[in-house]
Amino acid sequence: MHNFEFVKPASVADAVAALGRGEAQPLSGGQTLIPSMKARLNAPEILVSLTGITEMQGVSRDGDSLTIGAATTHATVARDAASDFPGLAALAGQIGDPAVRNRGTLGGSVANNDPSACYPAAVLGTGATIVTNTREIAADDFFQGMFTTALDEGEIITGVRFPIAQASAYAKFLQPASRFALTGVFVAKYASGVRVAVTGASENGVFRWAEAEAALSAQFDAEAVAGLSVSPHEMISDLHGTPEYRAHLVRVMNQRGVRAAS
Amino acid sequence: MPKDDGIGASSKRREDLRFLTGNGKYTDDINLRGQTYVHFLRSDLAHGRINSIDTAAAEAMPGVLKVFTAADFASAGGIPCGWQVTDRFGEVMQEPKHPILAEGKVRHVGDPIAAVVAETYEQARDAAEAIDLDIEELEPVVDMVKALAPGATKVHDDLTSNLCYDWGFVEDNKDAVNAAFESAAHVVSLELTNNRLVANPMEPRVAVGDYDPWNDSHTLYTTSQNPHVIRLLMGAFVLNIPEHKLRVVAPDVGGGFGSKIYHYAEEAFCTFAAKVLKRPVKWTSSRSEAFISDAHGRDHKTKIELALDADHNFMAIRTETYANMGAYLSTFAPSIPTWLHGTLMAGNYRTPLIYVNVKAVFTNTVPVDAYRGAGRPEATFQIERLVDKAARELGVDPIELRRKNFIKADQFPYQTPVAVVYDTGNYDATMDKMLELADYANFESRHAESAARGKLRGFGIAHYIEACGIAPSNLVGQLGARAGLYESASVRVNATGSISVYTGSHSHGQGHETTFAQVVAEMIGVDASSIEIHHGDTSNTPMGMGTYGSRSLAVGGSAIVKATNKVIDKAKKIAAHLLEAAPEDIELKDGKFSVAGTDKSVDWSGVTLAAYVPHNYPLEDLEPGLEETAFYDPSNFTFPSGAYGCEIELDPETGKIDILRFIAADDFGNIVNPMIVEGQVHGGLAQGIGQALLENCVYDDQGQLLSGSYMDYTMPRADDVRGFTVDHSCITPCTHNPLGVKGCGEAGAIGSPPAVVNAAIDALHRAGHTHVTHIDMPLTPSRVWAAMNR
Ligand SMILES: Cc1cc2nc3c(=O)[nH]c(=O)nc-3n(C[C@H](O)[C@H](O)[C@H](O)COP(=O)(O)OP(=O)(O)OC[C@H]3O[C@@H](n4cnc5c(N)ncnc54)[C@H](O)[C@@H]3O)c2cc1C
Repeated sequence: MHNFEFVKPASVADAVAALGRGEAQPLSGGQTLIPSMKARLNAPEILVSLTGITEMQGVSRDGDSLTIGAATTHATVARDAASDFPGLAALAGQIGDPAVRNRGTLGGSVANNDPSACYPAAVLGTGATIVTNTREIAADDFFQGMFTTALDEGEIITGVRFPIAQASAYAKFLQPASRFALTGVFVAKYASGVRVAVTGASENGVFRWAEAEAALSAQFDAEAVAGLSVSPHEMISDLHGTPEYRAHLVRVMNQRGVRAAS
Repeated sequence: MPKDDGIGASSKRREDLRFLTGNGKYTDDINLRGQTYVHFLRSDLAHGRINSIDTAAAEAMPGVLKVFTAADFASAGGIPCGWQVTDRFGEVMQEPKHPILAEGKVRHVGDPIAAVVAETYEQARDAAEAIDLDIEELEPVVDMVKALAPGATKVHDDLTSNLCYDWGFVEDNKDAVNAAFESAAHVVSLELTNNRLVANPMEPRVAVGDYDPWNDSHTLYTTSQNPHVIRLLMGAFVLNIPEHKLRVVAPDVGGGFGSKIYHYAEEAFCTFAAKVLKRPVKWTSSRSEAFISDAHGRDHKTKIELALDADHNFMAIRTETYANMGAYLSTFAPSIPTWLHGTLMAGNYRTPLIYVNVKAVFTNTVPVDAYRGAGRPEATFQIERLVDKAARELGVDPIELRRKNFIKADQFPYQTPVAVVYDTGNYDATMDKMLELADYANFESRHAESAARGKLRGFGIAHYIEACGIAPSNLVGQLGARAGLYESASVRVNATGSISVYTGSHSHGQGHETTFAQVVAEMIGVDASSIEIHHGDTSNTPMGMGTYGSRSLAVGGSAIVKATNKVIDKAKKIAAHLLEAAPEDIELKDGKFSVAGTDKSVDWSGVTLAAYVPHNYPLEDLEPGLEETAFYDPSNFTFPSGAYGCEIELDPETGKIDILRFIAADDFGNIVNPMIVEGQVHGGLAQGIGQALLENCVYDDQGQLLSGSYMDYTMPRADDVRGFTVDHSCITPCTHNPLGVKGCGEAGAIGSPPAVVNAAIDALHRAGHTHVTHIDMPLTPSRVWAAMNR
């Protein structure tokens, strides 16, 4: 790891100011950024910790939506969202291991947009709103391909606002080594229809499966998607699965998600 | 009932107190005054020609003491290979030089090019980034078969090809084997891969070199399974340091699994650089570095065939194997696919004719050497997969086919056609025990229960044999070993009766400090708590060959027995003097010497005190003191065997396999500590199941390691390996060592991979997927699903 300066501001404004000074980068749970710095793949001169900012912490309900501070750990979400939004809390509880869940945060995961990460499936699958220090961004506009998002340089996610689903579930098939999602599907049922978001499978990162959404909106039953399939085209190919296998898992995990939500 | 802490007692491991509380003393815990740190700049290319290395900028960086390259090692030898294999034409193997730092070419990703020594580790790493390399990329040699094609790019320009050797065993049997195949009623064949593995001990490798200029002596602290072997190889062949000026210490070591047997370049580097710089030099491997610098295991590609007569008797086995050596020959690499593999190809069966062909190949990958089981898992996997396939093709019960061809209990000692003589065994007994513990009789109802839930259940069997307790020195010498394979022990009885045992074996997780003390406690009849086991330091232990090949109790334990017997003999003479009796009449029981048939006695400490305070002592006949050393060279290998049963459930939607129960019924001969044996089997099973379902070391066609971290290399986790039932009640004691023990360290890793794969094939066949006759390990969900849907 190269040397760096460490700052821990108490407000979003101070964090934004600190990020404006030279080669700075926000640090949240550090579960992705620190390993990449140790491997010398990343060498920011200033690390701006977001975990001391009170307004970026915690889970709060506001009518039909649940707002989660970007610096809230997965463990906190798993616990504090359990009664209001069990599908989302269960997803947080399936991320990594206890050590990772006690450090890793919602904002870090969403900003990083790893194609195999779990949270992007929930954010896109619920049609959540990403709140930053300057604006609000709809999930459908936010994720722009693997490791790419709509965030501008120096822009900080402060929180995410999730519309609470009538029923929801996340079905995750583990990549055996990393235990990220080899393919994970978040299914959420709203009065306005069903949303289905898929992570882990596509070279383009998290995506919505429109055909399944239509079928499930008509009939919220695992059998409704039994005959559907996604194309293996542009699915990820690696040691752990072929594109065909991942395409197959999209349907299987979607069905399991629906069954778990029903 | 075993004596408290004697042979047969499940004594708790005394070393665990320090290990589990974070108080072990590992090599990385050693920090010497004035210590410096080395970082190795390693190749990120699989194959390249080094045009130039410019270290000027790096040398000018803060904290840097010196940047070393191959040029600094002109006076040093290469890293030696400890075994020379002779090929089937009578020629010795091709043996390339293995320099400490890359010379002329880089030959695998991870090959060290330069070494930066600095005041801190971070300074060394920073400076390494300032080294200017001009390396011309060459075509990488990755695939073993392509590597042997005429005109293939060579890993070593000075060798005639990428073929290390072409070995035939038994070469004289070849024609008879071929004739048997001509006349066979049935021939069954199988092509398979034994997947490459990374050992991944919990503690990565570490080396600290220290030099004392005032008496020109060196000390190397290192994570080794065999410090004496390192002292011998590094001192004599690499750095030209005589033994009396070189001390090698391997303190607590956090697992090895074979990967810490070998002499590595980093050890020689730290020892050498400490003298150049007159300061201690420390290297601590990162986990990422371990993936590209620790020797890998397995990596065979094999075609095996079995000839059977009309009654399903095995007539002959014929194999052709390609074995990956990697870019250089690691210490024992050439022996693994040959003498530790070919000699095991009889398995548990009476196959009269066997021919094994092995082509060892150089590639632009990390060197490959022994990994838990070493050669024997490769042999067992081939045989046990093939026998299963034969049963399926012939439409017979795989258990019955095995039983029909087993070497029977009354046929021992049994001379196999592949040189070795099995001393004892009872394969029907272990098979019976396994089936009983597995509740095999009720498998069908469990299968039906799974089917009702849409899951495929299967049961797989494997019966293994292994050769442990390596090995008779004169025999291995004939086979090409450049070392003896005896073991040593000194038993030093102290004046008040406590006992310090110095063993040439090395404990890196095996629990020797507990079990070896149990052996001595049993023999003398004193409390185990009065016995301390010392190991791992060449300055105080007799020359020993270390720990691997499940040899520590069978060979090292036998040396302790020998030395303890010498101690007892002398102690009896002292007791005879004290009791005014003849030594022949002295009996030792429960730590007390008595004169047979009388009530005269003296206890252990009375004798030991007399030995060191010899006021009333036969000084004219007997030296004072009570300390003896013994070396033990075994007369044969030991042959543990066992039956393994694996019951799995397969999810047909995803291809995922869950192990529901795993039964290991082993014959390890006599048992010193059942709890430790059970733990050893559990660990072995975890690694074997890891190989079968999870672990895979994969290079792409450019020689880049695709599974270079835990993000892609799947280590077994607790929830991957459950439901173990371990039994070792079937005992046929070894006939040629004093304890009658056989060794248990590797069995789990040897017997389990074919049991798991056989279970998966069984589940698929029962569900009608009869086109799936084999799936290469690891049986990942993706592979299983692809096979089902082919
Ligand atoms: C062993 C292990 C297992 C894991 N398993 C899983 C898994 O199963 N599923 C899964 O989804 N994830 C998994 N993760 C990832 C982990 O859960 C975190 O979500 C992830 O590391 C990012 O969150 P973080 O808080 O650690 O972010 P950091 O590492 O601190 O930051 C990540 C990136 O986001 C930027 N950033 C951080 N916060 C903000 C913000 N508020 N606004 C803008 N940019 C920001 C940082 O600058 C950096 O570039 C695993 C990680 C590890 C180490």
